[in-house]
Amino acid sequence: MARKASNTRKAVVTIAAWSIGFLIFFPILWIIILGFKSEGDAIKTPLQVLFSDWTLQSYHDVQARSNYGRHFWNSVILSVGSTVIALAIAIPAAWSMAFVPGRRTKDLLMWMLSTKMMPAVGVLVPMYLLFRDFGLLDSRIGLVGVLTLINLPIVVWMLYTYFKEIPGEILEAARMDGASLKSEILYVLTPMAVPGIASTMLLNIILAWNEAFWTLQLTTSQAAPLTQFIASYSSPEGLFYAKLSAASTMAIAPILILGWFSQKQLVRGLTFGAVK
Amino acid sequence: MTLTLRALLGATVSLTLAGAAMSETTITVATVNNGDMIRMQGLMDDFYAKHPDIKVEWVTLEENALRQRVTTDIATKGGQFDVLTIGTYEVPIWGKQGWLVSLNDLPAEYDVDDLLPAIRGGLTVDGELYAAPFYGESSMVMYRKDLMEAAGLTMPDAPTWDEIKTAAAAMTDKSAEQYGICLRGKAGWGENMAFLTAMSNSYGARWFDENWKPQFDGEAWKATLTDYLALLNDYGPPGAANNGFNENLSLFQQGKCGMWIDATVAASFVTNPTDSTVADKVGFALAPDTRKGKRGNWLWAWSLGVPAGTQKVDAAKAFVAWATSKEYLEVVAAKEGWANVPPGTRSSLYANPEYQKVPFAQMTLDSINSADPNSPTVDPVPYVGVQFVAIPEFQGLGTAVGQQFSAALAGTMTAEAALAAAQTLVTTEMTRSGYIK
Repeated sequence: MARKASNTRKAVVTIAAWSIGFLIFFPILWIIILGFKSEGDAIKTPLQVLFSDWTLQSYHDVQARSNYGRHFWNSVILSVGSTVIALAIAIPAAWSMAFVPGRRTKDLLMWMLSTKMMPAVGVLVPMYLLFRDFGLLDSRIGLVGVLTLINLPIVVWMLYTYFKEIPGEILEAARMDGASLKSEILYVLTPMAVPGIASTMLLNIILAWNEAFWTLQLTTSQAAPLTQFIASYSSPEGLFYAKLSAASTMAIAPILILGWFSQKQLVRGLTFGAVK
Repeated sequence: MTLTLRALLGATVSLTLAGAAMSETTITVATVNNGDMIRMQGLMDDFYAKHPDIKVEWVTLEENALRQRVTTDIATKGGQFDVLTIGTYEVPIWGKQGWLVSLNDLPAEYDVDDLLPAIRGGLTVDGELYAAPFYGESSMVMYRKDLMEAAGLTMPDAPTWDEIKTAAAAMTDKSAEQYGICLRGKAGWGENMAFLTAMSNSYGARWFDENWKPQFDGEAWKATLTDYLALLNDYGPPGAANNGFNENLSLFQQGKCGMWIDATVAASFVTNPTDSTVADKVGFALAPDTRKGKRGNWLWAWSLGVPAGTQKVDAAKAFVAWATSKEYLEVVAAKEGWANVPPGTRSSLYANPEYQKVPFAQMTLDSINSADPNSPTVDPVPYVGVQFVAIPEFQGLGTAVGQQFSAALAGTMTAEAALAAAQTLVTTEMTRSGYIK
């Protein structure tokens, strides 16, 4: 029988949850506020910032100076492209590890994860030389490949965890009914794992959208996504907070909206299998 | 029939030739996000009118991101950029490595002899000009004339550090959040170490002796650091160890600093009435000295260089020659006014009567002229650079030493301990790198 929570306890928990949520969201909120201030006001004390005039000047300046559309489409292509390819590779890989594990499956999973432990800058020069020799510098194809590879371990791990929760007997039953391997994965496993696949997909899109090391190092103009759009507004000497904030808001807005509308799916997927 | 064929052939050849002549070369320019560079992007019509066959793509990045990005590309000969915006730190190192194309063959009308000698000297290696200066800067004292007057003091045009200390004491009223002096305290080779290395020159200190032996255990460095810490601890704002250019700019514009010693480019910000509450109360003076023959100001120039890996050398040089020409300065003046012309590169600009009316013009020129990158301090040194040492190891060393000095300012270690730690870590690195045998 569930314990009956007192009203006071409920209120405390609610206030605590909202406070923590507000604290986490505050930096983003502050960026959004600064984007609507003049450069002079943006560097004042927080109270002065809040009560100063609101303006769209920074958005106007950013629009006039940069090609937002090109950066936006590059971000969409890179994040969606790398996610689709990663899922196409990871779903069969995770199926095999979850339902027909070998003696070394656990080691293989750990090895895949270990590739995430090396600092990216450690392989910058060899990667750059490879890209140069294959003519992939400043190309979307090259970057989709890199983003797929760097996020693949996480995608495989997440899908593996979700698939492990699905009873193997259901797949066996499908096989007894004469389902081929392809049909088993496509028509039996995938529909059952939709919440898990959806949350993996969303998380991977967010990770690829926010990736700011390789996207800055391997692009110049044609394939440059929104990360470079943001980076172009930072400066060690001069007033830039308002324009940088406006550019950041424009860059994170699409992914914030995507996250907002898919939060149910995200939470459902991320807690999938957590409660028996 | 033959005639028709000939006519067709002739027309085809003419069209092909015309097409080749009209073919467009696209060059990619890597640049930093500062006002002068952004302004240039808005004035490209003049360049396109003169060079209709060249198109320019811009890649604008924050200074440190640009440095890392461009270094990777030039070291691997990636060929992603045709023109690079680089500072006086990179030019001597990259020029020696053969990574930059010599600009000695720029056309006569470019008038290379018009470039300010101090700036040109910092961009020349073994007689070859490896980058053309787009704008130059030094550092100087910006002070509140009203506060000085209220304290009954007058700021000399060329003050000493003792006079700065006296003025700082007189202008400080911590209860009213009024601080006598604001200086860089944030750790970094381009942050507190740019200021402290320049300051140390005026005390007769140096990073290395002629045999590359670090000098942080000497009296000159001890005096530099002790005075710097005393100034900021006694008369500086709270949390000075976290302050860089932008934080101090904010404090000064809000009227909280009596003095600020920093880049000459700041003059246009603090005198701009839109952003600054003290715009009409700011005076300028040369960076201080200790009467040893060197002043505590730095020298920096953002310059345009052509990487050796580019396939479009001619188009790149045409752009560099345009962007750093006398004519470009006139284009900016005509469209944006003389106060917005990129400063610190050409003698002719400072001879122009219109430009002489800009309040900080003469002080900027005097500051630039008083720095010598080839002889930065009192005693001889084996390196080039006023507020840096132009060796590849300096970025790491400067930041590591800067962290020690920033810690001393934050009060987590003493000045003596910070200097001893600096001496040890620099000696270790210089020995490992083969400078000390």
